[in-house]
Amino acid sequence: MYYRQAGQFYTTYSQDSRIIPVREDRWIIYVVVLAGFCLVPFFASDYWLSGILIPWLALSLVALGQNILMGYTGQLSLGSAGFMAAGAFACYNIELRIEWMPFFGSLILSGIIAAMIGIVFGLPSLRVRGLYLMVATLASQFFIIWVIDKFGWFKNYDSSGIITAQDIVIFGKSFTTPAEEYLVCLFVCAVMTVIALNMVRGSVGRNWMAVRDMDVAAEVMGISLLKTKLQAFAISSFYCGVGGALFAFAFLKSMEPVAFDILLSFRILFMVIIGGLGTIIGCYLGAGFILLMPVFLNIFFHAVFGQAVDATLTSALEQVIFGVMIILFMIYQPLGMARILEIMQERLRKWPFKI
Amino acid sequence: MMPTSLLRRVAPVSAAAFAAAAMLVSPMAMPTEAQAAEQYMAVPSSRVGPFSAMGTGYYGGIIDYMTYVNMNGGINGVMFTWQECETEYNAKRTVECFQRLLTGPNGQRTLVFDTLGTPGAYAVINRMAEEEVVLAQYGYGRTDAADGTVWPWVFNAASHYWSQIGMKLKFMAEQEGGVENMKGKKIVHLHIDSAYGREPLPAMRKITSDWGMELVEISIPPPGLEQQSQWLQIRRERPDWVTFWGAGSGMNATGMTNAARMGFPRERLVYVTFGGAEEDMVPAGDAAKGTFVVANAVPGRDFPLVKSILDKVYGAGKGNMENPDRVGQVYWNRGLGAAVMWAEAIRNAQRIHNKEGQPVTGAEFRDGYEAINMTPERLEELGITGMVAPFALSCEKHDGAGEFRMMQWNGEKFDIVSDWMGPPDPTFIRQLVEDSAGKFAGENNITPKNCS
Repeated sequence: MYYRQAGQFYTTYSQDSRIIPVREDRWIIYVVVLAGFCLVPFFASDYWLSGILIPWLALSLVALGQNILMGYTGQLSLGSAGFMAAGAFACYNIELRIEWMPFFGSLILSGIIAAMIGIVFGLPSLRVRGLYLMVATLASQFFIIWVIDKFGWFKNYDSSGIITAQDIVIFGKSFTTPAEEYLVCLFVCAVMTVIALNMVRGSVGRNWMAVRDMDVAAEVMGISLLKTKLQAFAISSFYCGVGGALFAFAFLKSMEPVAFDILLSFRILFMVIIGGLGTIIGCYLGAGFILLMPVFLNIFFHAVFGQAVDATLTSALEQVIFGVMIILFMIYQPLGMARILEIMQERLRKWPFKI
Repeated sequence: MMPTSLLRRVAPVSAAAFAAAAMLVSPMAMPTEAQAAEQYMAVPSSRVGPFSAMGTGYYGGIIDYMTYVNMNGGINGVMFTWQECETEYNAKRTVECFQRLLTGPNGQRTLVFDTLGTPGAYAVINRMAEEEVVLAQYGYGRTDAADGTVWPWVFNAASHYWSQIGMKLKFMAEQEGGVENMKGKKIVHLHIDSAYGREPLPAMRKITSDWGMELVEISIPPPGLEQQSQWLQIRRERPDWVTFWGAGSGMNATGMTNAARMGFPRERLVYVTFGGAEEDMVPAGDAAKGTFVVANAVPGRDFPLVKSILDKVYGAGKGNMENPDRVGQVYWNRGLGAAVMWAEAIRNAQRIHNKEGQPVTGAEFRDGYEAINMTPERLEELGITGMVAPFALSCEKHDGAGEFRMMQWNGEKFDIVSDWMGPPDPTFIRQLVEDSAGKFAGENNITPKNCS
């Protein structure tokens, strides 16, 4: 009743090609983003900001990169944590060695470095597909971590091999409190999400989807597979690299290459699948689910049972519940959380006449 | 439509669960007035995953000691309260736990954070000074934090990895009949490929080259369950000694079974403190017999404090260990040692700042920790003589005795085969610590604290 599309007419081309066509949706997004910028930094506790929101935003960005490659272009890949590491260590070295470079400059450059590595590791996609490609991209995961581990230069010859990320400084102001770091993450996420939304609905995204749906047909229609696939790998790695740099600089702050292990790649893969392949909002929802559900379960069990029950038991139980939730999700909603949102939207249109 | 109908049923439940969880989080962030004399401590335990044996034993020991202190009237009447959080031995979860546990349910800020693991310690180490929380690394973590001028908030009361590798080399030299016999000997450092595995290398490289030994570094990619090729390489190298630097029961047991398969004598295999506990030895079976392990807190149930805890805490059914047989084992005793230092630091802090019977703040606790002086008499009073080496901390010196005891697995339990032993040249190790800390301070624009 309050949420309906009827009566919204588009009279100009710019109205017709809006990213979010429905007026109500647009308002919801405006309010959420505005609250994210203006209210959350002032009202959220430091725990919420630095323990939950910052890693969520950074990993959502990485999931976005993974989704571009897997959801939109159909290239299965398992190297996102490797590209995160590439971005994080590139950002560290740029900040360390190029003194005049502003933080956003280093962030973009580290994304570009990750993108270049992504192009190299995307080359096998021209010859192999599906699961075989996934195995081939595993190489990037291990190779990048190995290179960073092996050559001390990347870590500035630190004896322990763990580097300390520099403070984020933008226009002479250092962003070191959780609220400030959160704002940096939110800003980067907002900008990159808008760019991604524009890419996937334009010719770039249509090329990706054509390749995903049937690459032979796409080639027949004149889409260059070489260009499209490598472009997808580059852009996906760019997102992973920037996300990794944010993850390292705003969240972990000190890092060793092992932090970006294969398990993290798997988690990002799950985020994309649970969130919804080929959707932008799904990246945020999926990252939230995979990242936060174990935390909430842990808090829940400690709050309910406290010290009455052996923590070893509750810790194990949390993992069991989390696993069962993923299985149920895949059985009943294989299209991911983004699809649930879509169903809710449809139902909202009919409300209150039909539920 | 199937998904819709399910959604209709599931959505309210999950929304309610989410809201409940969110509500549970928020009160922790809101400070409330502390009532009785309580002292809140954070317990970031790691009870699941490949490192669960470590986490359950260690944090079990800590919680048992806090329960024991509370049953005996607390520290001058101040009772321990604590909150647990599952870190899964993972840097990301550790950061989340640090933020979550920072403020306790009674509004107090935690005094101490003990991550039991180098990855977790590194993830939070730079937050300590800002939040005024002591990072108590009990025998793990960042080695150059032993320099208190650069790392005022980080301690290592159970000695760090550089002293440990020095002590191992000294032990080997004794077995070989003196340092002069070490010349030309070959040693393999077989380690997990992470910062923790590489931590001893700066000291090890220097000492072995001084002694004219040949050092071969072989790394095992985490989680370290696959070591076949590394042990084949060891067979080719034919080393005189192997130092094994592993983590997690799977990796540690695999190391010994592979050594047995390759015919490498276990009497020449020396494990790190976090590599050899009962949980690592038993799965390896006969293959483990003869393996040397270094101890910073000696296992055993004969120490008066352990007996007393067994009697009082476990007698009353309030023990934290699911299996009480693990009380007195390597990890439990190490946790006990860590918790004794917490209590001692609180006691010192109350004395120094004239707050007997009152809770102390992070800064006061830090002063108390720096004032820890574990004389043999004090250890006797506490009932842990022989379990922990006597040591004293100071403003500059944030590490423990630098001494360890060597143990050997006899197939059923550990035999203690040496007295407390330190590195061959403690001043050299100290110099290494100060150089490394100085480099860190220079890179990060830290002005070292003036201790005089």
